[in-house]
Amino acid sequence: MQVAIASGKGGTGKTTLAVNLALAAPGPVRLLDCDVEEPNAHLFLGVRIEGRELVGIPVPEVNEERCTACGACGEICQYSAIVALKTKPILFPQLCHGCGGCQRVCPTGAIREVLRPIGELEWGRRGELLFAHGRLNVGEAMAPPVIRAVKRWGRPPASAGAGLAKTPFIQVQPAATGDGDPPAESPAMTLIDAPPGTSCPVIEAVRGSDFVLLVTEPTPFGLHDLRLAVELVRRLDLPCGVVINRDGIGDDGVEQYCLAEEIPILQRIPDDRRVAHAYSRGEAIVEALPEYREQFAALYAALKEYDRHAHTAHTRD
Amino acid sequence: MKVAVTTAGNDANADVDPRFGRVKNLLIFDTETGEHEILDNSANLGATQGAGIQTAKRVAESGAEALITGHCGPNAFRTLEAAGIQVITGVEGRISDALTRFQEGSLKPANGADVQGHW
Ligand code: SF4
Ligand code: SF4
Repeated sequence: MQVAIASGKGGTGKTTLAVNLALAAPGPVRLLDCDVEEPNAHLFLGVRIEGRELVGIPVPEVNEERCTACGACGEICQYSAIVALKTKPILFPQLCHGCGGCQRVCPTGAIREVLRPIGELEWGRRGELLFAHGRLNVGEAMAPPVIRAVKRWGRPPASAGAGLAKTPFIQVQPAATGDGDPPAESPAMTLIDAPPGTSCPVIEAVRGSDFVLLVTEPTPFGLHDLRLAVELVRRLDLPCGVVINRDGIGDDGVEQYCLAEEIPILQRIPDDRRVAHAYSRGEAIVEALPEYREQFAALYAALKEYDRHAHTAHTRD
Repeated sequence: MKVAVTTAGNDANADVDPRFGRVKNLLIFDTETGEHEILDNSANLGATQGAGIQTAKRVAESGAEALITGHCGPNAFRTLEAAGIQVITGVEGRISDALTRFQEGSLKPANGADVQGHW
């Protein structure tokens, strides 16, 4: 089962939820930190990094001897990453989305693809917890390829790799439906810590999930961002539930909204000074305050239960 | 020669607009005839990326050999440079005044971008 943890904006407790859910799980889980612009889950987990890989995207390279300055490459490029004036093309690799369009239209075969590193993937473990995160290099704008690399990590080799580097930048897929149970040796749950917001990196991170947990604070601002997140999740046709963080502050707007929209509220993390304190020291709540373990374990169980029902319903159809 | 000026207005009485990539119009002035034409650049106003590059391309296509504007980012600068266009940044005030100063030779071309790029 793949569960994405998202929120309409940063700082609502997304990572806190992901980390504590992973630590409270009774069996092996996989945690993928896809907030590649600011990965921080590892700080709370103390995982040992075991490997590292560069993530690159294919960008064009022009063989000036073959180029006839026809301009076709510049015309096809939607991203202004290759510009052909009357001269040989000028390249802006940082704007390139690696779609391969320029290479396809070049009549003289002057363009070939080279890999440009934009970030890295790191993985490691802590006991039964398998962990990976991506890191986008400073100054880079294209998070989705790095997110894809993180999500690809650890999947059985058959479904991984080949051709992925060539897939265009945004590709929204409908939710994966019942492709069977994961192989026995793989963790029972994959948790994805999505980037904050509602832009393409978020879509890339949550797509293919069986369920999305939306974290919010019970305030008017929180509600505003929650609405946007719900819209996004519904556009992707994914089931979702809400986790209220810092329960007790603010008003009941989020509650009313969830009721009206029939979105279940699955957990409430109270506004507890000790929780904030643990966070500031880089400690997981379930470790600093063991009395909280039960509520995260209950959420985990609820998600598994949901999954079991979703699958049975699917087979009955 | 032709000179391009960024502006939100429609004639030489309007002011030079400090923006380049997302400017509304480009005024193309011909120093030989004293005539000008307006190129609508509003298609680039909402561009998520590459607005500077696209605007630079339009300037190049207009046949202008110099550009007068307020600020120019690195991508636009590189494109203009590759097209052999002189870039003059930091210009304010009325277009007609700027053009007079340009023709007197008192406006100096920039050596590089004067603002950071935003991808
Ligand atoms: S690969 Fe696609 S995005 Fe990159 S330069 Fe070529 S056409 Fe543009
Ligand atoms: S399409 Fe090929 S030949 Fe034409 S300008 Fe681009 S690189 Fe040169």
